[in-house]
Amino acid sequence: MIEGMVALYIFMLAGFTGFEVIAKVPAILHTPLMSGSNFVHGIVVVGAMVALGHADSLLGQIIGFIGVALGAGNAAGGYVVTDRMLDMFKSSKD
Amino acid sequence: MDIIKLLVDVSYFAAIFLFIMGLKRMAHPKTAASGIKWGGAGMVLATLVTFAYPGVLDNMTNVVLIIAGIVLGTVLAWTTGKKVAMTDMPQMIALYNGMGGGAAGAISAIELFKGGEHAPLIMVLAVLGGIIGTVSFSGSLIAWAKLDGRIKGVLRFKGIQAVNGLLFLATLAAGGYIAFAHGGTEIVAIFFVLALVFGVMMTLPIGGADMPVVISLYNAFTGLAVAFEGFVLNNPAMIIAGTIVGSAGSLLTALMADAMNRSVSNVLFSNFGEVSDGPAAEYDGEMKPIDVADAAIQMAYAEKVVIVPGYGMAVAQAQHKIWELVQVLRGKGVTVKFAIHPVAGRMPGHMNVLLAEAGVPYDIIYDLDEINNEFATADVAMVIGANDVVNPVAKDDPSSPIYGMPVLNVDDAKNVIIVKRGQGAGFSGIQNKLFFLDNSRMLYGDAQEVANQLIANAKEF
Repeated sequence: MIEGMVALYIFMLAGFTGFEVIAKVPAILHTPLMSGSNFVHGIVVVGAMVALGHADSLLGQIIGFIGVALGAGNAAGGYVVTDRMLDMFKSSKD
Repeated sequence: MDIIKLLVDVSYFAAIFLFIMGLKRMAHPKTAASGIKWGGAGMVLATLVTFAYPGVLDNMTNVVLIIAGIVLGTVLAWTTGKKVAMTDMPQMIALYNGMGGGAAGAISAIELFKGGEHAPLIMVLAVLGGIIGTVSFSGSLIAWAKLDGRIKGVLRFKGIQAVNGLLFLATLAAGGYIAFAHGGTEIVAIFFVLALVFGVMMTLPIGGADMPVVISLYNAFTGLAVAFEGFVLNNPAMIIAGTIVGSAGSLLTALMADAMNRSVSNVLFSNFGEVSDGPAAEYDGEMKPIDVADAAIQMAYAEKVVIVPGYGMAVAQAQHKIWELVQVLRGKGVTVKFAIHPVAGRMPGHMNVLLAEAGVPYDIIYDLDEINNEFATADVAMVIGANDVVNPVAKDDPSSPIYGMPVLNVDDAKNVIIVKRGQGAGFSGIQNKLFFLDNSRMLYGDAQEVANQLIANAKEF
């Protein structure tokens, strides 16, 4: 699906994207943004789902189940915490 | 079958678009609140469509396990995240970040336990993602426990860096063996145990004050681990989202370390804040107390008051009362400004969140750079629950461990009122010279209680 060099290009471009998105951020948003990026890597739940879906041993199922639960926790917890913090900015505007 | 594959690919593409747009919106105060919703939509889409991913629905037992895992993780994290206090946000971020690292480690474990199914390069990536994710997992849990007060103090002994170095090399060696010689189940298990122990040992010697930088670093780690496991699973959503977080998190980590005038390696490997056995530094003069009525008079008749809030204020839940006091003072024509040190609270920006929660408008909240010259024209500077960030030794005593850290020039104000529970030293364990200056007065008591009394007194004048 993704060939070697193409993968490398994607890796580089995504790296620059992350850098650029954060580079001009005022300090007041550092904590919410850290929390927001923490939420984004919750996408790992998708990988854990695929890995567990293909598991063919009891050990694989156990580890996969733990992985899915942890990944879902990362995504859900990261979302709630970020949302609550950013809500403060909405209410204090205007 | 091809239609379904296309559906998955397009959905992942859309999810990535939503993540990037979401992060971009989160980077501006006006659009920030909607940014997370974009990201959330992307996450739900990616998760749902993954059920259609080739092979995922083949084994019903696994499907049930997947759904159970998602429900369990979501419900637990959602309920804890909803009720945690704003002051405790940093440790919750650490906890959720550790979960992500653990998930990346789990993916790596599944792939490695299967044995040598992959090309050498992919095996190397699986191993690297396994190390980084697992270290992030155990390290973040230690960081969480420290910030939450479950682990007190730091573990340090002579040669700890050498022990950690050996641990790291051993982990790498085990990983290399797995990647190139396709080691068996035992060596894979040993590899993960080593990585877990290394994460714990690497985090234990780091002081609580430095934890935010460490959490931010582990956040970047988890991103990178997710990207590496994305290469292993050939999953572009994981590769791109993980890499973005990896680079964004690295930049945030550097910005945070900068705010404390330290380098990231200095945070990780120095013995900053080590409790010395010798007596604490002594300063000329003594701490001079002031009573609430006098403090209230000083502020009510001032032209300009600058308030320096710290984590202590937030812990006492005093921000609402302080805002009420500010409103009373403003009603008397006093100009009131808030001065925020970059690391006030537990992380850069944390204090702004706490003040915003109390309803303080952000046009009276100023950064260190904006307000540091204004202390000289302030009649009263009130320090409430802050300590190290107002310590003038950072400016004039090269022997101090915090020398060089940017601090607020509170000592320039005509009068300094320090609201404090007791006479103890700051988070770093360093005695504060500010407390002993001629223009400083100590107002002892719980921040919330003191604020209440100040309001009552200020209203009378």
